[in-house]
Amino acid sequence: MSDSLTTKFIEISGVEQTFKTRKGLFPALRDIHLTVAKGEFVALIGHSGCGKSTLLNLIAGLTTPTAGVLLCANREIAGPGPERAVVFQNHSLLPWLTCYENVYLAVERVFGAGSKTVGAPSENKAQLKARTDAALALVGLSAAAQKRPGEISGGMKQRVGIARALSMEPKVLLMDEPFGALDALTRAKLQDELLKIVARTNSTVVMVTHDVDEAVLLSDRIVMMTNGPAATIGEVLSVPIERPRNRVALAEDPVYVHCRKQVLDFLYTRQAHVEPQAA
Amino acid sequence: MVSAVFHGPFEAPTPSASAPAAAPATSKSIAANDPTTPGSMQKDLKIGANSAALAPAFDWRGATRDISAAVLPPVMGLALLVGLWAIVSIVTKGSIPSPADTWKQALDVFADPFYRKGPNDQGVGWNVLMSLERVAVGFGLAALVGIPAGFAIGRFDFLSRMFNPLISLLRPVSPLAWLPIGLLVFKGANPAAIWTIFICSIWPMIINTAVGVQRVPQDYMNVARVLNLSEWKILTKILFPSVLPYMLTGVRLAVGTAWLVIVAAEMLTGGVGIGFWVWDEWNNLNVKNIIIAIFVIGIVGLILEYALVKIATAFTFEEVKS
Repeated sequence: MSDSLTTKFIEISGVEQTFKTRKGLFPALRDIHLTVAKGEFVALIGHSGCGKSTLLNLIAGLTTPTAGVLLCANREIAGPGPERAVVFQNHSLLPWLTCYENVYLAVERVFGAGSKTVGAPSENKAQLKARTDAALALVGLSAAAQKRPGEISGGMKQRVGIARALSMEPKVLLMDEPFGALDALTRAKLQDELLKIVARTNSTVVMVTHDVDEAVLLSDRIVMMTNGPAATIGEVLSVPIERPRNRVALAEDPVYVHCRKQVLDFLYTRQAHVEPQAA
Repeated sequence: MVSAVFHGPFEAPTPSASAPAAAPATSKSIAANDPTTPGSMQKDLKIGANSAALAPAFDWRGATRDISAAVLPPVMGLALLVGLWAIVSIVTKGSIPSPADTWKQALDVFADPFYRKGPNDQGVGWNVLMSLERVAVGFGLAALVGIPAGFAIGRFDFLSRMFNPLISLLRPVSPLAWLPIGLLVFKGANPAAIWTIFICSIWPMIINTAVGVQRVPQDYMNVARVLNLSEWKILTKILFPSVLPYMLTGVRLAVGTAWLVIVAAEMLTGGVGIGFWVWDEWNNLNVKNIIIAIFVIGIVGLILEYALVKIATAFTFEEVKS
């Protein structure tokens, strides 16, 4: 997919992020240049504390950079918005709403009366309900629609989070270690589901992960970040594996093994994690 | 001082767990001793049959143990109190009436709690109801002002920094210090007492609500920002439900303080009310009635607390507790 890079959808140029802490300024990110094409799946990988979530928050618009510019569809990212949906690491469902209501909240905001989407006529209740049901069906949770988050498993919660994000028909899906809190089997299952959903919806995805296999299996390109402070992009690896991908078949695929080796090499040989002193 | 964890006054921690665990163990050992159990398959069936047949007997034993474990410690506590009281009564040669005498007097008082013989001689029921009414009005007004104020202070940093010094300054002031101001402004005993209740119950509600708003998980606020929710939606769908447990803690503290303060306020203002009743009986040197009043005040306070804890637990969601 590297040939489609000419269509820049997300454009990050010269972005720098410095946090004010009690001990003075902390440079988290510097000199970030990255473009993401429409329909591309990009993984951000690096050791913890390297600022991958910081970068994702910048794309989401939850924080603003100290320097540099972020563009999405040729417009500057000025703040968070439903066109850049976020799947949070800890699912962030509202525990007092049912799964259905959690998704409906997003659907209503984007497509219902009073939505800020210019040009799109607001939809009626039946259409909003249909969208919500469709989003829950997409992640296979129609049966659990009327349950509250406290009554379903961690994997199901994360799927509701994905359904909520997808229901907004975002231009970009941003995922912050979406499967990090799940056990290995559930994680694999959700990764497979995500692959299918992304193939069906042709979404543009930026995903933060610390799992090498997850990065290689899911993404078109892997953005490897150096260790912080003042982290930056160390290397970008293209994953030239045809889709649909099958995790079992790929386990012995030479291209897969090669990509995996390169990421491991970057993470553990060149960027071997050094515990920061007095942090 | 701020907590969203609710402990009911009647919570007994251990006994419920031990009894069901003990019951199956006993049933199994009886089945094993049973000489008529030949094969392992049948043995399993036998255990089922035996435990079913013997179930009522076990329930009895378990239930008695359950009840005694739940009831015995509080009963012993009460017995200790009554015992000490009896000793004090003997030592003071009856100037503190004995428990038995007080009990007799209590039966008398509660035989007709709702009589009226003029403005200064009314049944204990009327006195309690009047006090509760003052608490309800004062507390209700405080909730009307305090909860929205708490939301505003929690939501907007500017307001928080503006009002925090005021709250810190006024909160430690005994609410009774406000009573003269109330008498001066409202020119009446009853509104002055309500005003005192208002002042004492507003602080816990403001502070707890504000803290609750400030402690709304950042994740939920991020969801609100990504979805670009309107301020109204944020208030109704995110802030209010997640603040509710904190708010109810504030309500509980406020009602508790209000019930403490009303007795003192009524002693000063007079009229009808449990506090006034205590003071009136002191003037009559009727110590038995004072002791009865102490119990009545305690029991009413306990009921208020229990009811509010029940409400608070009903509105606390699993993930807010953790």
